[in-house]
Amino acid sequence: MARVVIDPVTRIEGHLRIEAQVDGGYVADAWSSGTMFRGIELILKGRDPREAWIWAQRICGVCTTVHALASVRSVENALNVEVPDNARIVRNLIAASQNVQDHVIHFYHLHALDWVDVTSALKADPGKTSQIAESISPWPKSSRNYFKGVQDKVNALVTRQQLSLFTSGYWGHPAYQLPPEVNLLAVAHYLEALDFQRQFIRIHAVLGGKNPHLQTYLVGGMTTTVDPNEPEAVINPERIGLLRDLVTQAQAFVEQVYLPDVLAIAGFYREWFQLGAGLGNFLGYGDYPAGSIDDMSRFYFPRGIVMKCDLSKVYPLDPMQVTESVAHAWYEYSGGDNAPKHPWRGETNPKYSGPKPPYEFLDVEAKYSWLKAPRYDGTPMEVGPLARVAIAYASGHPQVKPAVDATLKKLNAPPAALFSTLGRVAARAIESQLMAAQMTTWVDQLENNMSRGNLAIHNGDMWNPDSWPKNARGAGFHEAPRGSLGHWVEIENKQIKNYQAVVPTTWNAGPRDEKGQRGAYEVSLLKTPVADPERPLEILRTVHSFDPCMGCAVHVMDIRGHSIKKLSMV
Amino acid sequence: MSDVCLPEDKLSLKDSLTVRGINRRKFLKFCSTMVATLALPPKYVAQVATALSNVKRPILVWLEFSDCAGNSESMLRATSPSIAEMVLDLLSLEYHEVLMAGSGKYADAVLQRVMRENDGKYIAVVEGAIPLADGGVYCTIGGRTAIDIATQVCKGALATIAVGACAWDGGIVRANPNPTGGVGVEEAVPGIKVVNLGGCPHNPANTAAVLTHYLTFNEMPALDRYSRPLFAYGRVIHDQCERRAHYDAGRFVQEWGDEGHRRGWCLYKMGCKGPQATYNCPTVRWNDATSWPVKSGHGCISCASPRFWDTRSPFYNRIPDVAGFGVDVPVSEIGWALTGAVTAATLAHGIGQAIRTRFRPPQEATAETEADVSLTGSS
Repeated sequence: MARVVIDPVTRIEGHLRIEAQVDGGYVADAWSSGTMFRGIELILKGRDPREAWIWAQRICGVCTTVHALASVRSVENALNVEVPDNARIVRNLIAASQNVQDHVIHFYHLHALDWVDVTSALKADPGKTSQIAESISPWPKSSRNYFKGVQDKVNALVTRQQLSLFTSGYWGHPAYQLPPEVNLLAVAHYLEALDFQRQFIRIHAVLGGKNPHLQTYLVGGMTTTVDPNEPEAVINPERIGLLRDLVTQAQAFVEQVYLPDVLAIAGFYREWFQLGAGLGNFLGYGDYPAGSIDDMSRFYFPRGIVMKCDLSKVYPLDPMQVTESVAHAWYEYSGGDNAPKHPWRGETNPKYSGPKPPYEFLDVEAKYSWLKAPRYDGTPMEVGPLARVAIAYASGHPQVKPAVDATLKKLNAPPAALFSTLGRVAARAIESQLMAAQMTTWVDQLENNMSRGNLAIHNGDMWNPDSWPKNARGAGFHEAPRGSLGHWVEIENKQIKNYQAVVPTTWNAGPRDEKGQRGAYEVSLLKTPVADPERPLEILRTVHSFDPCMGCAVHVMDIRGHSIKKLSMV
Repeated sequence: MSDVCLPEDKLSLKDSLTVRGINRRKFLKFCSTMVATLALPPKYVAQVATALSNVKRPILVWLEFSDCAGNSESMLRATSPSIAEMVLDLLSLEYHEVLMAGSGKYADAVLQRVMRENDGKYIAVVEGAIPLADGGVYCTIGGRTAIDIATQVCKGALATIAVGACAWDGGIVRANPNPTGGVGVEEAVPGIKVVNLGGCPHNPANTAAVLTHYLTFNEMPALDRYSRPLFAYGRVIHDQCERRAHYDAGRFVQEWGDEGHRRGWCLYKMGCKGPQATYNCPTVRWNDATSWPVKSGHGCISCASPRFWDTRSPFYNRIPDVAGFGVDVPVSEIGWALTGAVTAATLAHGIGQAIRTRFRPPQEATAETEADVSLTGSS
């Protein structure tokens, strides 16, 4: 038995620690711990609900925009404000482009080095890489000379011992199985994806002023004015043209680079369609409205629940069944730590009881994380791209189902293969493909509205706080790139009285609950092979397949206002 | 521990560019962009180019503490130079948790090696606040507290660059009532040399320009009282704003989405903090200079100002008592009255001084010296 500790887990957002018990070359048990807490909950109390989104967005700079959107939706829900159609479309475009951007960066820059051995690319025959590239995609950058150039660059880094960010990888690990030629292809696209993401995200600069941390949301709409005749309007015919160009670039990159690469790499790691399955229970709030936010029947991604990997049935979802447990998290609940709480009654009273730093191991029998443990009707659930795709597939979604079937056919795999480490990777790529395609529709709608003279971008009926009821509360939901996000806000006397967020990575990376039920990461790591406990590459593969975001995950936004108690160090 | 152990970087930037097939023209374009961002006269392009051609690439380690990774993401969006050019040509970025290949012990071994082999010669970038309350338990990495790591790494560094509001002065983490005792790195680790690049997030064009200035002149650019480079934080946003003419003419957005809003009029009445803010946001812009918040229709929130979360919110309230509001007053006076010493400091420094000025010792009580900061009441 060996206790393997990975801390920091890199190529993620934030501070994640994994401890695993490895027995006979396999993970026997695992514990997931978030090691940072910022406590923004107390910071937001008493502030103007109209600006809560500006603060909430800073929960995460990787999933920028997502907390802004959930926040304005929660306040709009509390104040019963409907946003104009143009604002709905702009929000969909921002969210969908965030989805594509995030997924591309995740695959190439956060996850690929778990599958791709950079140093092996030096042994590749660039001519063969060119043949492979041309056999899987019409992407124009595929000549022998192009790949030779990339190889020369990597060679210069290695021979002059300047690997920079590529230093310290588990290069040469026996679990790396790609041929050198495919490694070279992936390294070339790692570099191309760096260029793609900075160019494509100009769409957020147009619609949000900047990225990260966009600045154009409003409770009641957006600031992105629409006018066909004004050069200074944020959206005008010239800007529509730019949006269209950027969306077209994204479609091309996803269709011709990202998706073919996922299929090519997955083909060499087929056993990872059997590993990392995890809970098999999936939750999705649904998102991307076609009309009113309350008309969930017209969401692009449907709301629902899939249980036990059963794609024949989708259960209805009731947000009132969401609770959070602190039995193994460094907090106290007023009613006792073994009684989970719904967000409306949530509390965030941090009480660290872990080992005094510097420490070697956590006491996993006691509390061991800054993440709470969200549950649905008492059951742990997985959220994220795989959850969305599974729920939509089980619902017979007219775009999702054929896209999934086409991918499975290329992989020669059954739908059950989705429930795995590589299934999460594939679901993310499929989702990017669908979102990139859908963005064209939304740009068309925006242009159509503009040309018909529908210029409304903000509903100001409730902008003046004097028009608000004394007390109001609302919930806002969003399907963020990493999964289901909910914000709950309570307003009293024009100020925020209480605010709760239950966040995707909290669902996935949370610790055990009061019944001892493991979280999604912890379950998915069970039985993972570990060839070399000193270099636990396989553990990283499954953890990264969830795309961890720890800044989001630590429960930062409960502003009920319980005072933080002084901690006593153990 | 790692398979490839990196000694001190031996390649000059020029060599590195040649290796990677970057031609002279592109190199000079990069130099021009940097000179423009630094607000230096064009004649410095040649000097920058000469210096960068010969300088050894600095080794850089990027630390994240109580953060959202927004500053790392912002760096990924850099366009001139791009992130690939930056990490493969301009610098040797050896430790950055968001991007680096190695995890756990392998990652830590890199950090320890850099410190061991390059003591006093590497640059540390810090992102995120450092929580000091309760023994630092609110942020640990590898079982060590943020303050423990920051103290070790920054004290051994040639210089520390704090990127973003949180690393500068605690940012949102420190906003009232500052539950985790968060502070910026300059306050957390007294006595180190720091350049603060405020903003939420930092603008990577400025960060690249600071590094270019360092590589060219072998010292950091001129800094203001908050250890912020004057080239980026020396001018009032209101004075650089593309909507200024509307302000001067009294044309204001009255309601979101009204005709004035669609025509790009002044956002002062909607709460814009541009007259209180110093930053080169309007000129450098974001994401390949595509836009900035005011251009996209929302007021400035003054995110590069001291303790802005507390001192500049509520963000939709109008700035009170603006002298000469609505009449034809030179706006520079308005900006000066509001930003006070920060702006005055700008005048005291010319471009020549931007090259001469050396590191100053860190200011004591970094943010508290500005009167409006005392509004927060947090510690």
